[in-house]
Amino acid sequence: MGKIEWAMWANEQALAAGLILLTGGIVGVAGQFRDWEFAAYGVAAGVFICLLEYPRGKRNKGTSVERTGQYCLTVCVKAFGPVTSNYYVRAALHAALCVPGAFMLPTVLGCVCLAIASLIYLAAAVRGEQWQPILPKTETRERVGESIKEPPQNPPPRPPAELRRKRPEDLEGAAYVNPISVTANE
Amino acid sequence: MRKQLDKNLSFHKLVAYMIGLMTAVHTIAHLFNMEWYNNSRRGEYDTLSTALSSLEDTDNETYLNPIRSTSTTPTYVVFTTIAGITGVIITLALILIITSSMEVIRRSYFEVFWYTHHLFVIFFAGLVIHGAGRIVRSQTTTDPPHNYSVCKDRSQDWGKIPECPIPQFAGGFPQTWMWVIGPMILYLCERVLRFIRYMQTVRYRKIVIRPSKVLELQLEKAGFKMEVGQYVFLNCPAISQLEWHPFTMTSAPEEDFFSVHIRSVGDWTQKLISMVEQLPEGAQGPKMGVDGPFGTASEDVFDYEVSMLVGCGIGVTPFASILKSIWYKFKESNPKLRTRKIYFYWLCRETHAFEWFADLLQVLEREMEERGMRDFLTYKLFLTGWDQSHAAHVMVHFDADTDVVTGLKQKTHYGRPNWDKEFEQIRKEHPTSVVGTFLCGPQVLAKTLEKKCVKYSDVDPRKTKFYFNKENF
Repeated sequence: MGKIEWAMWANEQALAAGLILLTGGIVGVAGQFRDWEFAAYGVAAGVFICLLEYPRGKRNKGTSVERTGQYCLTVCVKAFGPVTSNYYVRAALHAALCVPGAFMLPTVLGCVCLAIASLIYLAAAVRGEQWQPILPKTETRERVGESIKEPPQNPPPRPPAELRRKRPEDLEGAAYVNPISVTANE
Repeated sequence: MRKQLDKNLSFHKLVAYMIGLMTAVHTIAHLFNMEWYNNSRRGEYDTLSTALSSLEDTDNETYLNPIRSTSTTPTYVVFTTIAGITGVIITLALILIITSSMEVIRRSYFEVFWYTHHLFVIFFAGLVIHGAGRIVRSQTTTDPPHNYSVCKDRSQDWGKIPECPIPQFAGGFPQTWMWVIGPMILYLCERVLRFIRYMQTVRYRKIVIRPSKVLELQLEKAGFKMEVGQYVFLNCPAISQLEWHPFTMTSAPEEDFFSVHIRSVGDWTQKLISMVEQLPEGAQGPKMGVDGPFGTASEDVFDYEVSMLVGCGIGVTPFASILKSIWYKFKESNPKLRTRKIYFYWLCRETHAFEWFADLLQVLEREMEERGMRDFLTYKLFLTGWDQSHAAHVMVHFDADTDVVTGLKQKTHYGRPNWDKEFEQIRKEHPTSVVGTFLCGPQVLAKTLEKKCVKYSDVDPRKTKFYFNKENF
């Protein structure tokens, strides 16, 4: 279990919690439940959490898999610098965001899921993990045109010398006709 | 019919999606349900509703509305009823199971996925208890019967006039256990079986360390019988008490032992190899539990007249078992062998980790030449990870009799196979046969091959037909 990056699972859990909080909030507002104000909060908080958690962070080891279309949000989240890259901050943020959800039944599930996500983020932070953005690598494109102009560095592959040498037994095979006439310059 | 069972993982995922969807629908329905029950108890709706909600839980009255108090909240009610608490707990377990089963987590951190998945025990336990509180209530017949059409607008007269005795209600009997008890017993049997197999002694017949950090273990277990291409689960208590890892068997059923080739890939395999390297010559290895054998699609290779085997990278291991079995069947000249021709395609980036397999192919090639049965097995090796230096090397040695990379008579191809050409060729050579195509490799290739199988099959029963089988890992 030594290689696990808890942040990856915390991210999935937080995204799920955001969606659940959002759904619970919509139910509470649409059904005009008592204390629907908490449901309205659930909608707002749910949307915010989904936007924050949608871009996946870069993994320390192995290939990072992006979610579809996460590039724009990656740029936004990256802009907040240490606030979003530090997992202690995220753990505290989720713990704080989940509290108002406890006051009303539709948002209770979102509240508990978010609390669990907050705990997993805390575990990630304790292990020193950080959110790094996944950005496309800017490669220095080789100008193909340039390398063609230079002379070749290596000779072409050819069989060893003994095979290339013309053998006296095979004079017919050794002889060849020059395609261009070889005469002195006139 | 057995082919349907090959897709068991896909089925499991479909059922899981359905459980998730239905849980969401069920939960949302109860959210509305609790809120409306609460409002009704507080008298916010019409007279009939209020009258029904006010029915008490006494000697001659049975209640309908599970919310008894007029000054409570749905949240409080949920957390003080069995149904509510079990509902919340099992929904939470389900959410944790789902988030840890996402492909990203599953492929990278298998232990998290595996251990979290065991929360299903809590899920099923809670599911069975969920209805024990019997808060879903239905009307019972009274004597004299309660006449609904007359009495619905005269709630103040209930119990006072003969047509309208006070309506009685009773809770429904919990029935979920009837649905889940069968599968739960089957699962319990499987775990007990695994434990029994774990207790059986496993002897090491031979331990070989192969090049490129591949460990070959030849093991013996009493009463162990296998078919070609099957796999086993191995557990080594010295490394981890709880982990069982699957390995395809590389030996043939005709041998009196079974072998696995283990490549050093993760924590468990690395520890096993380092433990074995430190053993003295001829000593027994660490205690090993073996569960299995379990079957895959590759068992059916010999049921077809013509078989097309495609092994991709590490997916070539089940075919080691199959090829060895072919060799034994040759030696015995088994007349019952239905298979007349086998095409084997080996695709990999580079052969480093599979020198042991190349050796096997060489042995087979020699055997077949000696018996004059060169045409039984046609194999093609495709190296997809070639570069300039490879190409140069091959160009220089073009005229050699054996291949430079593998030492086999059959030359290595570079790049990916042109499947259209391959299928076309097989169809031409076997115009009337049923061809079984077996793949052990990545999903993308599976889709390609499945399409080709469909494309080159003919509805006409006298012409060639391709059947596609896939092994997952």
